[in-house]
Amino acid sequence: METNNVILEAKGISKSFPGVQALQNVNFRLVSGKVHVLMGENGAGKSTLMKIIAGIYEADEGDIFLHGKKVAFTRPKQALVNGIAMIHQELSPILDMSITENLFLGKEIVKNGVLDYRQMNEKSAELLNRVGLNLPPTTLMKRLSTAQQQMVEIAKALSFDSEIIIMDEPTASITNREVEKLFAITRKLKDEGRCIVYISHKMEEIFQIADEITVFRDGCYVGTYNVDEIDEAGLVRLMVDRDLSQIYPERHNVPGDVIMEVEELTQEGIIDHVSFQVRKGEILGFAGLMGAGRTETMNALFGLTGPLTGKIRIEGKEIDKPTPRKMIEAGIGYVTEDRKGSGLVLDMSVRDNIIMASLSKLSHMGKVNFKKANEQSDEFKERLKIKTPSMEQLAKNLSGGNQQKIVLAKWLMQNPEVIIFDEPTRGIDVGAKSEIYRLIASLAEEGKAIIFISSEMPEVLGMCDRIVVMSEGVKKGELDKSEATQEKILSMAANVVNGQEETV
Amino acid sequence: MSTAKSAKTAGIKKNLMETYSLVLVLLVLGVILSVTTNSFLTPTNLLNVLRQVSINGVLAIGMTMVVLTGGIDLSVGSVVAFSGIVAAQLLRDSSLPIFVIVLIAVAIGAVMGIFNGYFVAYWNAAPFVVTLACMTIGRGLTYVFCDGRPISNLPKEYLVIGKGSVLGLPIPTIILALVFIIGYVLLKHFKVGRYIYAVGGNDNAALVSGINVKRILLLVYILSGICCGIAAVILTARVSAGLPGAGDGYELDAIAATVIGGTSLSGGRGKLGGTILGALLLAMVSNGLDLLNVNSFYQQIVKGLIILGAILIDSKRNK
Repeated sequence: METNNVILEAKGISKSFPGVQALQNVNFRLVSGKVHVLMGENGAGKSTLMKIIAGIYEADEGDIFLHGKKVAFTRPKQALVNGIAMIHQELSPILDMSITENLFLGKEIVKNGVLDYRQMNEKSAELLNRVGLNLPPTTLMKRLSTAQQQMVEIAKALSFDSEIIIMDEPTASITNREVEKLFAITRKLKDEGRCIVYISHKMEEIFQIADEITVFRDGCYVGTYNVDEIDEAGLVRLMVDRDLSQIYPERHNVPGDVIMEVEELTQEGIIDHVSFQVRKGEILGFAGLMGAGRTETMNALFGLTGPLTGKIRIEGKEIDKPTPRKMIEAGIGYVTEDRKGSGLVLDMSVRDNIIMASLSKLSHMGKVNFKKANEQSDEFKERLKIKTPSMEQLAKNLSGGNQQKIVLAKWLMQNPEVIIFDEPTRGIDVGAKSEIYRLIASLAEEGKAIIFISSEMPEVLGMCDRIVVMSEGVKKGELDKSEATQEKILSMAANVVNGQEETV
Repeated sequence: MSTAKSAKTAGIKKNLMETYSLVLVLLVLGVILSVTTNSFLTPTNLLNVLRQVSINGVLAIGMTMVVLTGGIDLSVGSVVAFSGIVAAQLLRDSSLPIFVIVLIAVAIGAVMGIFNGYFVAYWNAAPFVVTLACMTIGRGLTYVFCDGRPISNLPKEYLVIGKGSVLGLPIPTIILALVFIIGYVLLKHFKVGRYIYAVGGNDNAALVSGINVKRILLLVYILSGICCGIAAVILTARVSAGLPGAGDGYELDAIAATVIGGTSLSGGRGKLGGTILGALLLAMVSNGLDLLNVNSFYQQIVKGLIILGAILIDSKRNK
């Protein structure tokens, strides 16, 4: 590969956190005018390296050269003014401020001692225009979708005229349509001679957008490849250092009796007359675009959100006014979409998280039987192969895949009959993904009913017996595995949404 | 494997540091005071410190429960005053048995706790504001109740609660020990305790796990109120009177002990043992400064610096 046009070079970078060697003697370089994708399992060190380059962490060892000059940023601001911007996976805009105020935060334009809003708004309109976001710059940030907020972040990077723009899993929570837009802008930035660093787990996307791909494994640099000299299987092999022969496991069981029936579930303005059934040993998929009302349906069903109308029957017994407690007792488990937001208590130990939903069963007169709790949680740790130095480790110190397994363990300990999985593989790496697929399949084979929400089409097609397609809070249809194709699902899911998107 | 193992030992080491750094501070302080004063290391004085710590200790235990859920209880001082004044009035003017009056004082604390907890849990109101309101209302109720005059001439048998000893130990200290044990067991061995941590750590995750978050919130304010009632009983017996201005600023001492003890004000993290050590540290410092004849105006400054030090250590630890 050519060595000219190198913008940034990192040599011998090492970094450790308490208990983890995050990076080990890593060498890395970035070239202008290219989209550089970073791949690797969770905990492989991609984000850590990027955070060092962006001045968020400091390296324990090693040097970084920007245009051949040695630099050591200790604050994000330093990296920013030197042309390196990082757009984080979880955006943190100030929601009650306008786009302009967010864009100019920390570098407000002042005239005669007071803020010059007119000039700032003009400039931000110009920046928004460059990223194809046609909104008044005075719009409050909280009115924007995640994708739009991302565009504002990119605009912010442009306002610093950043040469290197690092995007950490930018497509994790935006719709397919928005991904297209993001890619269009990414290509435009590339043509301007900037270098885009792109961290992602989504294979199809990577091959659409990448020029170069660098693979990390266990904190080590594996190699950098031109996109045309490597394929998907090859990448996976490099990332996990083993063959993943079959991603989606085969099942042989036939679904049994109906265990849960939902009739005309309605929540004013959110979901509209949603009905479905799920059988023992069946995996029922819920497909649709982001915001189609799938999560909302499950939240309502589980009693997390306000009053609803409609009927829920579990094993023939009607559940009146569902609450999480009632649903858990009726045998429902709910692995929510937002692991950190509603799945885990990050400041609690692995063990306390696992036993959290089962404490009633593990207690006598309110007193917890810790011997039993320890035995059972150890058992699930083994069964799910949760990698942690100890059960007393805080959940926040584990990788995404292992955190997801903690949430799974929490629910499996309840021994539920119906388990709802909402985007169970979002943001976790290929290795952990296939483990979770196998686990879900084996639960179905045991006779559990599974509801599987996913926005990744291949996953839905690969895993489910039946697929419910939703859009705009309405069930659009249902497809059997034998008749389901990506095109059919998309056309069901998209018809209303298209109309809506045009009005935005 | 080796990294996992070293992570484990590092974790344990960190844990030990957290648990024992306060003990170490207390010991060092004890040694310094023993050397610099003649009277610190005498049984009378040590028992005196234990007696002094009891009221703030009891309040701080209730406060810790609230702070663990990410809340705060500013009404503590006023609730102590109101419970105390009602108890004093009943002791002076009614023929109710003492233990019934004690129960009434505790019940008043619990009711004020329900007030706080109800609005925090079921109206989603900010704890700071709700308990601030309760603080003002409680103080007002107290003055209205006694018309601004202290109530004294309490029966001698009652004063024993504040001034007596059993087996050489001051009764207030024994009460503190009992409250501590109950609180400790509740937090550590009962599911309610786990729920308190879970609600403070992430109320969404707690909700999804089937925990009745509102009920837990209500509960911690009731517990804090009960602790106020108990503290009121001790205080009234110690000063032999119900005073309308009693308990002024007690909430701040309780919060200080909680924070010095390592409980995070954002909730979900902290230990009751730390709180007791925090209360003990405050009591020892003020006792020591008294013995060293330091002007009480300076004592305030020292106390403030200790609180600041504790929070700095905590924020460094969380980095």
